[in-house]
Amino acid sequence: VTPPSTARLSWPAIAVVAILAALAPLVFDDFFVNVILTKALWLGVAAASLIFLAAYGGMVSLGQVGLLGIAGMTYANLVLADGGSPAAWNPWPAVVAALLLATVAGLGFGWIAARSEGIYFLMITLAFSVLVFYFFSQVTSLSGFGGVNNLDLPGILGNPEQDPVPRYYVTLVVALVVFIALRGLSRTAFGLGLQGVRDEPARMRALGFDVTLHRTLAFALAAFVAGIAGVLSVWYNRRISPGSINLEWTINILIIAVIGGLYRLEGAWIGALTYALIDNYSRKWVPEVGNVLGSARFNTIIGLVFLIIVLISPGGLVGIWESIRDRLGGRRRGGGSPTTTTTTGPEGGPAPGTVN
Amino acid sequence: MPDTVDSSSGGDVQRAGDATARVTTGGVLEAPEVAGVRTRWTPQRIAYTAVAVVVVVFLIVKAADDLRQFVIVTLNGVTLAALYFVVASGFTLIFGLMRVVNMAHGSLYLLGGYLALRMQESWFKEDTGLGLSLSGATDAEYGLMGWLIPLVVATLAIGFIGVGMQQVFLRWNQGQDLRQALITIALSVIIADQMLAEFGGISKDIAAPSSWPTSVLLPGDVRFGFFRGVVVLGSALLIGLLLWLMIKRTRFGKIVRAGVDDRDMVSALGINVNLVFAGAFFIGALLAGFGGVLGGTMISLAPGQDTAFLLNSLIVVIIGGMGSLGGAAIGALALGLVDSYADVYLIFGDTDLTNYSILVTFALLVGVLAVRPLGLFGRPA
Repeated sequence: VTPPSTARLSWPAIAVVAILAALAPLVFDDFFVNVILTKALWLGVAAASLIFLAAYGGMVSLGQVGLLGIAGMTYANLVLADGGSPAAWNPWPAVVAALLLATVAGLGFGWIAARSEGIYFLMITLAFSVLVFYFFSQVTSLSGFGGVNNLDLPGILGNPEQDPVPRYYVTLVVALVVFIALRGLSRTAFGLGLQGVRDEPARMRALGFDVTLHRTLAFALAAFVAGIAGVLSVWYNRRISPGSINLEWTINILIIAVIGGLYRLEGAWIGALTYALIDNYSRKWVPEVGNVLGSARFNTIIGLVFLIIVLISPGGLVGIWESIRDRLGGRRRGGGSPTTTTTTGPEGGPAPGTVN
Repeated sequence: MPDTVDSSSGGDVQRAGDATARVTTGGVLEAPEVAGVRTRWTPQRIAYTAVAVVVVVFLIVKAADDLRQFVIVTLNGVTLAALYFVVASGFTLIFGLMRVVNMAHGSLYLLGGYLALRMQESWFKEDTGLGLSLSGATDAEYGLMGWLIPLVVATLAIGFIGVGMQQVFLRWNQGQDLRQALITIALSVIIADQMLAEFGGISKDIAAPSSWPTSVLLPGDVRFGFFRGVVVLGSALLIGLLLWLMIKRTRFGKIVRAGVDDRDMVSALGINVNLVFAGAFFIGALLAGFGGVLGGTMISLAPGQDTAFLLNSLIVVIIGGMGSLGGAAIGALALGLVDSYADVYLIFGDTDLTNYSILVTFALLVGVLAVRPLGLFGRPA
């Protein structure tokens, strides 16, 4: 059995991507920076929480949007806003409370869900996510009748309506920290234990590991990351409603993770960027074919992209890229199977490989 | 198919389906213990019994308060459960035999309803005079055939759509349960969007035959909807009985039961598993379509109902245990009654907590999973 997820992006590749991303506002206009890049960054954080669980823990969770929603709703209700509860906290304590609540909810969900695995885990977490959506739909004192709008933002973001660049940089830094932290975690004792639990739960239990506890903690950690995504999302949208945490969004985050690559962390942002680009530009170039296809049929297009990716490459775009590279590299090296030992940057040539 | 990608994801799925891993990790020693030693009073069991007693006493108090209301609320719950059972039994049948979690089950439900509605409107709608009715199309009257024929045709159509789905998309990656789930999710996204384009976003419903009474009078001067109380409940009982007979008495049922326990052995014995799988998918999808027509007549058809019924089916089978018909019945009954009671009885004095009724459903799910991670009747795969 080949470990699915052990290759890691190397430091030089990370540095190159980070520098390119930091230079983006100089190249692109405000609209692109905001609607494509900032959105892709926070969607990527949400997808990363899913991919982290799938890649290192072997748990494909559909509960991340529920946790994201708990964090977003908490922030929205605590700060000054139109709708929701009348509390008017400073944004930073609200962020802390939001992350804390998402993590605690994650511990609770995780404690229940971690005892199942595989497809059961997927279904149970899906049920959690949808129940969170129904909860906020029902409790209008928390979600407002038309959502919670005009959220107060921390000063560091400036005034995004006029200049979205500061918000882009904040989101970029947070996304980078999340990526590097999750990447580094795979080498810690906890991360290695988690990967052991993923591959050989019975053997790990025999070795004295508490498998359920490991899974639960991993889930809580992913919930913390999902909470970060929730805060970033309400910073981005300045509003939240039950409609932004419904099943459609649960599936969108899954689609992003799968398009990017379910077993590689960087796939989260590759998928998110692809999603944001399709989301924005498909409306312009997709031909109108009666009722079946057209500018209003975005979900059909993204569904088709998702279907094609799942059918041809379960490893997503990262998987397609790797198989192309392996084929080229394999020819150069005269065969062999370099699939599990080398790694590369997302869009450069072969980077120095990390052996896991 | 690139080798590297295939082997990595295939390996993951193999692990998930590994029977020994499931036994040792899924149960955490609790499930076998609860099943085996029934008389031991652990603190956990005492706590659960206490909760159950409180709930029962609470309901008795409410029933004594207003018996008529209690009867109606209970009937509401039971009929809702009947609809849940029809839909979820198809879901659990497909999962039990093939380990396919059909995430498009809710889409098939809604599509079944919409197909029947379209047939009813285009085949059986009679031009009554000038069509100047101010209250819209709801005045149209339909005979018995105007309901039955769309029911039969739509149900069969959904059955065949299900088989087509299975043959085209799922057959060749049998055993990769995660990938199959992702494929059906992709299909459900596409189907939902296409239904929105074709049928619009306004809530619609299928008209019951106008010759049927709207309600029946029960003992104790209780009036209850005829369609809900008689047709839906009757259909669910009939379907339950037929499925039970099919599974217990027919050769197909024997193969299905054997397949649930050991698929590989069944195919090693020379049985055409592909044909059996297609048959199971046909029946499973058919039940979703049938449920869609019942639900479209009993409640309504609207975008979002597909999600709602996917969630209902998920909860029903998670509670009851995946792949178990009896579990689906118990799970549906639990979910229907909890939904129904929580919508009405969560009022304590001046505080109205009915807004929070979804939390009770959630508590039901968590409560069952905490004791039985594989559901009440679930067995390790």
